[in-house]
Amino acid sequence: MWAFFHKLASPKGFYAFSARLSPWFWAAAAVLIGAGVVWGLAFAPADYQQGNSFRIIYVHVPAAFLAQSIFVAMALAGLVFMVWKIKLADMAATAMAPLGAGMTFVALLSGAVWGVPTWGTWWQWDARLTSMLILFFLYIGVIALRGAFDGRDSGSRAASVLTMVGVINIPIIKYSVEWWYTLHQPATFSITSRPAMPVEMWLPLLIMVLGFYSFFIAVTLTRTRSVILHRESAKRWVRELAGEDG
Amino acid sequence: MSRPEASPKSYARGREPEASVALALLATMRRDLLALLRRPGAAFNSLAFFALVITLFPIGISPDPELLATIAPGLLWVAALLAALLSLDGMFRDDFADGTLEQLLLAAQPLPLMALAKVAVHWLTTGLPLALMAPVLGVMLSLPPGSYAVLVLSLALGSATLSVIGAIGAALTVGLSRGGVLLSLLVLPLYVPVLIFGAGAVQAAIAGTSVAAHLALLGALLAVSLVFAPWAIAASLRISLNG
Repeated sequence: MWAFFHKLASPKGFYAFSARLSPWFWAAAAVLIGAGVVWGLAFAPADYQQGNSFRIIYVHVPAAFLAQSIFVAMALAGLVFMVWKIKLADMAATAMAPLGAGMTFVALLSGAVWGVPTWGTWWQWDARLTSMLILFFLYIGVIALRGAFDGRDSGSRAASVLTMVGVINIPIIKYSVEWWYTLHQPATFSITSRPAMPVEMWLPLLIMVLGFYSFFIAVTLTRTRSVILHRESAKRWVRELAGEDG
Repeated sequence: MSRPEASPKSYARGREPEASVALALLATMRRDLLALLRRPGAAFNSLAFFALVITLFPIGISPDPELLATIAPGLLWVAALLAALLSLDGMFRDDFADGTLEQLLLAAQPLPLMALAKVAVHWLTTGLPLALMAPVLGVMLSLPPGSYAVLVLSLALGSATLSVIGAIGAALTVGLSRGGVLLSLLVLPLYVPVLIFGAGAVQAAIAGTSVAAHLALLGALLAVSLVFAPWAIAASLRISLNG
């Protein structure tokens, strides 16, 4: 049991394991996002208030979910890296950061586009837009800090510390901005209460959310594999692999 | 409190370990304060910056007293925040350059506490003077009477949090040759809650509503950051010194 985890946490073991795993997540992402897009955009009923413009939700909400989840995942990876010195965790965090920043940007952009028909403006200083924008800056800070160090190990550890500091701050920022001023509609999904939307509307949304998460896992696996190859390029197993492939 | 596991050597100098921590704290603070007193220009710079930025707003927006009075709380807070941010870069830089930080790292006393001493000095020489100077600039922005005490109190309380959180960023970037811009990128997002409740307190005082909630939240932010930040500062200093 422990031997399995030990092998998995080594870059070489993970490289072999993820090769078998990632196609499944790519396939799941393609099927789920494909089904969700067709169902959500073509078959789900139009909103009685917002008409067809509400369909942006099928991109906006999953992207916003991922934007927050990826930062938490990065902080967990940073913790694992700092406490147990598992290099693989840092490689995963490196691989995740650009996707997280991208998802935050997608959430902001789709929110702005959605704001035009519903609020009549591209930008509103409301609580969730503002905290999303700050999250975007946090992502940029982590990526920039990692790149600013000459030594890779220092950059990794500095980025890990900053991610953990950031993850403690995210809820504080979120609540302080919420108390500051708010206009945004309340959260769409809640685990504890029944959704306010009809089933035909939120089922495709659920499928899209699952599809985005599969996409995230697939991208992270694939990108981590290339980070592994890059960082371990001096190791014998990587050179043997390169020799085999040509 | 006796510590049986400690080796007899640590008592050889006839001093309890706890006492030596307090001594080291005081010595660090005294040394840093002295270093600043001998070169007072650095501390004055952020005050001058604060006054200058405040001067720019009436010129850039409008000299109309009524308009200025409505935006004064936010202006004063943002300018003070930026002034505190500018001074962050120098918090550890000289000590990094001349090897003092390495000595702190090697010392027997816990690094988080020693870092906290440096943060305290930073607040005493930056945050507190900024807070005390703010009323003068408030008069120039025709800040409504009755909010001056709250302005000073909220700035004094909030700038302490700014120093504590900012020290993490300063420690992370101290080893980088051009850390200044990066430092503001790292630290400014984390400053948002302090700005919200700090400026909110002054606005509440102007509106005549209770300021207790805002000040209590500022105090809570300070308490939380005082608990967590020293460990992050210490870890960041270790990264910067070993890199």
